[in-house]
Amino acid sequence: MSEVLLKAEAVAKHFGGVKALQEVSLTIRRGEIYGLIGPNGAGKTTFFNCMTGLYVPDGGGFVFDGAPLIADAPHQAAERGIARTFQNIRLFGNMTALENVMVGRHVRTKAGVLGAMFQNAATKAEEVAIRQRASDLLHYVRIEERADDLAKNLSYGDQRRLEIARALATEPKLLCLDEPAAGMNATETAELRELIEGIRRDGTTILLIEHDVKLVMGLCDRVAVLDYGALVIEDVPAVVQKDQRVIEAYLGA
Amino acid sequence: MSKWLNPRSAFGIALIAVALLGLPFVAAMGGQAWVRILDFAILYVFLALGLNIVVGFAGLLDLGYIAFYAVGAYTWALLASPHFGLHLPIWVILPIGAGLACFAGVLLGSPTLKLRGDYLAIVTLGFGEIVRIFMNNLNAPVNITNGPQGITLIDPVAFGDFRFSGTSQLFGLSVSGPIKYYYLLVALAILVIVINLRLQHSRIGRAWQAIREDEIAAKAVGINTRNIKLLAFAMGASFGGIAGGVFAAMQGFVSPESFSLMESIMILAMVVLGGMGHIPGVILGAVLLSILPEVLRYGVGPAQMALFGKMLVDPESLRMLVFGLALVLVMRFKPAGLWPSPERKRELQEAGQ
Amino acid sequence: MDIFLQQIINGLVQGSIYALVALGYTMVYGIMGLINFAHGEVVMIGTLVTITVAGSLIKAGMPVALAGLAGVSASVLVCMALGWGLERIAYRPLRNAPRLTPLITAIGMSIVLQNLAMMIWGRNYLTFPPLLPKMDFEFAGANFTAIQVIIVLVSAATMGGLLLLVYRTKLGMAMRATAQNPAVASLMGVNINRVIAAAFVIGSALGALAGVMVGGYYEIAHYQMGFMLGLKAFTAAVLGGIGNLGGAMLGGILLGIIEALGAGYIGDLTGGFLGSHYQDIFAFIVLIVVLMFKPSGLFGEKTGDRA
Repeated sequence: MSEVLLKAEAVAKHFGGVKALQEVSLTIRRGEIYGLIGPNGAGKTTFFNCMTGLYVPDGGGFVFDGAPLIADAPHQAAERGIARTFQNIRLFGNMTALENVMVGRHVRTKAGVLGAMFQNAATKAEEVAIRQRASDLLHYVRIEERADDLAKNLSYGDQRRLEIARALATEPKLLCLDEPAAGMNATETAELRELIEGIRRDGTTILLIEHDVKLVMGLCDRVAVLDYGALVIEDVPAVVQKDQRVIEAYLGA
Repeated sequence: MSKWLNPRSAFGIALIAVALLGLPFVAAMGGQAWVRILDFAILYVFLALGLNIVVGFAGLLDLGYIAFYAVGAYTWALLASPHFGLHLPIWVILPIGAGLACFAGVLLGSPTLKLRGDYLAIVTLGFGEIVRIFMNNLNAPVNITNGPQGITLIDPVAFGDFRFSGTSQLFGLSVSGPIKYYYLLVALAILVIVINLRLQHSRIGRAWQAIREDEIAAKAVGINTRNIKLLAFAMGASFGGIAGGVFAAMQGFVSPESFSLMESIMILAMVVLGGMGHIPGVILGAVLLSILPEVLRYGVGPAQMALFGKMLVDPESLRMLVFGLALVLVMRFKPAGLWPSPERKRELQEAGQ
Repeated sequence: MDIFLQQIINGLVQGSIYALVALGYTMVYGIMGLINFAHGEVVMIGTLVTITVAGSLIKAGMPVALAGLAGVSASVLVCMALGWGLERIAYRPLRNAPRLTPLITAIGMSIVLQNLAMMIWGRNYLTFPPLLPKMDFEFAGANFTAIQVIIVLVSAATMGGLLLLVYRTKLGMAMRATAQNPAVASLMGVNINRVIAAAFVIGSALGALAGVMVGGYYEIAHYQMGFMLGLKAFTAAVLGGIGNLGGAMLGGILLGIIEALGAGYIGDLTGGFLGSHYQDIFAFIVLIVVLMFKPSGLFGEKTGDRA
């Protein structure tokens, strides 16, 4: 198995005349926590959306786990092992927390219409397994006591955790978190950090987009900085932190 | 879920069963016309639950549902009537009708299901009209559908020698055609209810609900939204096809007039007014909207004569007016329908067991 | 060749009417994302009001021109009031409801208006009073009538007026701002309620004019005439790119011409298998094809949804 999990090669995306991404190339290695930072509008989320298939890049592409990712096929990204959360939480609000995670099992299960109609043994067993796995994941992110509450009624922090549990349910090789700490207080951020480290320990590579520079520098093994859609630097936090261009990008030279 | 019913719900089910069994004989006291009304109410329950998979579960607004019903009806009419001299048996025709309707659904759905919901509404509406126009006009130069006159003398449903038309002696009772169809339709309706229930709480059912709630998030967790939507669309269409076949056989006659846009809207209204996605609500909607207009039809005319001594308002237009107003008022004051699912109570109980 | 020209002229006339009706759909959709199914019924009521007012005034001995003017004015006023009332009573309370809700309300209002019209005007076809002298012109082997010329001219003038309104007045700016982003527009001091009401009122006035012209063109009217007309006009709006005024106009004219040519040539194209009574399917086929290959319409901008 190669050490590289994801390789972005000269990914470009523009909206009308605006160049949201200019030939961004970067490499995420297996088992690391990789940080992607940059000022507002630097193209972080656009990069994310290109990678997870929501946008079709105008140039370049991604190689994931040894094979190219197909553009414009978000469901295939999940199938290949890329799961994500959203900057502005996107849960299935009128489904329970448990059901949200059960939906996450969709891509790793296969019961179809006929199975549902005839309720054969395989379908029933699969359904039990889905439920069990979903409960376990709720336990893992420590919101098991909210299992039967509608997702929309969960607290903000719990919703973030639920989104992570749902993403983990797809058995990702790469978990992408889009500003998971946004809007969290210090305690919640500390707990989140613990959770992310735990997920990595359990073998999942993590891509973290974050505004909170302190969190990123403390948590990530390597960090990439985007500014005006272009990659400024990709290195370990200690180097990135001292880089003059990064300081300028953040302070606005 | 427990495997055994508790005594109370077992008693409830027994009660409903007895009522369902006895109902047509009660209705027959008012004349066979009322049994026929009952038949249609159950047929509409079947249709509405078929559409519920599309609209209620998958959240796709289908305004051309009647087209699939028409495909099923014409399939039966053409394969079992003197029109082409064909008289195929039910287990050949019904699958063909369902299959053709399903095929039409996939054909229409595959290019359009990626569109925004209201575009889909318009496209399906247009499709419904296209189908109707073809049925109206495919009588020349080759006579396929017999045009506006429709097709007559269609074979009834029959299993071997047992025909559902005409009166027969069963268990010492004299059972009329409409009563026999009633039991057939109830059996079909129960089947579609069970399918609805099982689908709702399945992997596919959850995927439908997820798409309804947030399509982008659904894609992100790996749901192939287009295929899953297409599945709902095709299933709804197949049920429409089956209902159409039974309709043609029961009526013995089909013409394009039965498949107007208004019929599509009526079935949609049953789903929406009753409570989208909530099976008892949809059943209620279908029964209400198929029986009430008949009551209005039989009640309004005489009531006006009695009150004013003359007909002030044509009962037919009053019926439609009331229907339109009901749509508007229910959307305004009970947008989730008359009998929406009781705040997901069932899920909570299930998880507690 | 003259059949071709003739059908182009017929298509242009029919298309001008579609365009006027399409504007009503596109304005409302552009601003609030609603398919106002009842718009076709507004057009129908516009026709029937003209018939009643102009017809009875002519019977009372008023000069035809004056009676016609009164009929048209009455129809425009009634439809504007109707459009305003529809928005105020049926749609406004549902502004924050899920998308399906107002759509079903719109279908409900369409049924209500149709049946009210049937109660008022009856089930039968009504004859449109002859407001214009019958005049025929000939051009390069194709015939056209005075009413056809007037339809094209009035439509063009009305659409020009609408473009001036939308691009040169403060109300127009407010409408465009609301279409872009209602929340921001309202923060900038735009009265959203007024803008939406204006879209309904203006759209209905255009619809009334279209109704008068349809009546004058076909010389008969009927309580069910609005639905199919509305549907086709909506198709025209989608064809041009919904929410786009210029698109609705071009889409309308294009659809009119496609229909006319289709009806004129379908017999030849299919070797006599399908005849001109298939005219109505062209609009829907066009709709399906456009939505398949260019869902944003011929002149619409591509809008991606944001994650």
